[in-house]
Amino acid sequence: MKKVAVVGVGETNFSGPQDKTEVELFAEAAMEAITESNLKPEDIKALFIGNVLGDFSEGQGMVQAFAAENIGCHHVPANKYEGACASASMAIRDAFIWVASGFYDIVLAGGVERAATMGTGLATRTFAMFSDARYEYPSGITFPAVFAMLTHLYADTYGIPLEKLREQMAKVSIQSYRHGSVNPRAQFFGKNADMTVEKVLGSFMVSSPLTLHDCCPFSDGAAAVVLASEEVAKKLTGKPVYITGVGQSSSGPLCNQSDYLPRIRAREISSRRAYDMAGVTPQDIDLCELHDCFSIASLIAAESLGFFEFGKAGEAWEKGEADIGGRVAINPSGGLKSKGHPIGATGAGQVYEVTRQLRGEVEPERQVEGARTGLTDTLGGDGGTLVNIILQRGW
Amino acid sequence: MEHKLIFKDYSEALKQNKLLGLKCRACGAITTPPKMVCRQCASPDMDIIELKGSGKIRTFTTVYVASEGREDEVPYTIVMVELDDGPWIMGNLGDFDPAQASMELVGKKVKMGHKVFPGDKYSAGEGARPLFSLVN
Repeated sequence: MKKVAVVGVGETNFSGPQDKTEVELFAEAAMEAITESNLKPEDIKALFIGNVLGDFSEGQGMVQAFAAENIGCHHVPANKYEGACASASMAIRDAFIWVASGFYDIVLAGGVERAATMGTGLATRTFAMFSDARYEYPSGITFPAVFAMLTHLYADTYGIPLEKLREQMAKVSIQSYRHGSVNPRAQFFGKNADMTVEKVLGSFMVSSPLTLHDCCPFSDGAAAVVLASEEVAKKLTGKPVYITGVGQSSSGPLCNQSDYLPRIRAREISSRRAYDMAGVTPQDIDLCELHDCFSIASLIAAESLGFFEFGKAGEAWEKGEADIGGRVAINPSGGLKSKGHPIGATGAGQVYEVTRQLRGEVEPERQVEGARTGLTDTLGGDGGTLVNIILQRGW
Repeated sequence: MEHKLIFKDYSEALKQNKLLGLKCRACGAITTPPKMVCRQCASPDMDIIELKGSGKIRTFTTVYVASEGREDEVPYTIVMVELDDGPWIMGNLGDFDPAQASMELVGKKVKMGHKVFPGDKYSAGEGARPLFSLVN
């Protein structure tokens, strides 16, 4: 198997409703990644895109073919990946496997979404399609409802009074807002840096006990990365960031995960595969972009990834152990909560962030000094798809 | 290989307040909602049985922001119930003020009825779900 490097990354702003189409958004991120890689569109051998709801948001299916043509990657194989919010991470993992196999030497991977454009009603309806449509949607399940139920289950499982847990969760949102407020590409750039526990708890209830500030926004945006074999990468850049481990796993409907909840078993399997492949442990991770679609989701993720003991992640956030300068810097980009969550693009946005962190290129206020190893964690649906990617400095 | 029990038949039974499941001939485990193979041992060799529908609430939420087309339903309470027969299933909690849902619900015993979601333009028709109510 060949070593595979990220040689270039690109991203649009993550934001509320955009005027640009999905093809336009993806093309902007893709050209940034290709240009940064010192490549041209004709060098790209294949294009893998995460996109989930383009048919609902703008009546566009098969976006990958139109995106490829738009950027001058004429007649390349172009594939779309759909794993709900983990779609772009699936695309990048598959791109990694194809380059590692030697079949392709340069692949463009990423994702695009216009979830904000759909508005809250349609976005809530379509996001609920990632729960079981026959056995769970009739009850009126929504995505906030899934994580709201996991919050109550978490409190009960670990014996944490709900009010105490909600304060810990508020501190997760506060940290994410602070990081995102200094990330120019974040949806909440320049906003919410003064968030308080009282404001989080006092914002309107979405699905009890989750309030607005416990929930990530609906977002539009795109992100893309260029992967190349080690041989090619060494000619293109002095700062190759190697993908050293990948993992992916799946699960069925939420109720069928009952033996493990509130733990997400698929995440434990996926991250173990990634750690083992890279030959590292959770203690080696300097920064992690994890799937904080809701504040409680950060706690659940950080525990399953092996950073903190089960039931203890909230305390870790309170002590700053999950902050920049702490034991592991979690979501220095602002995460889904503050950077934004254009679902088909989110995983590529995470790889974008980790790559730039490892290169030491982000804003000084949120740079993780000396970072050498980073992890991404992307969850699709209510545990249905999990992808983890480990990236390491190659110089 | 055909399924022993498909969604349509499960849903039709639920409309009669009957909760159907599958009992594994190999390991004895009970699977519901139904699927091709046993949730414990993955054997497809199972028989259809009627479950009691009783259990206890393991978690809950009251939803205030609904999906498009279901705005008139809010607020409503969703529960995940651990059935006395083992599996967990999702349903709603009825005969109960959704605004009063609190951690005190966790562990409470429930019995099962049903409510039909009439369907929307995406759902390929209707679907029944359990409508639980607190016991005593």
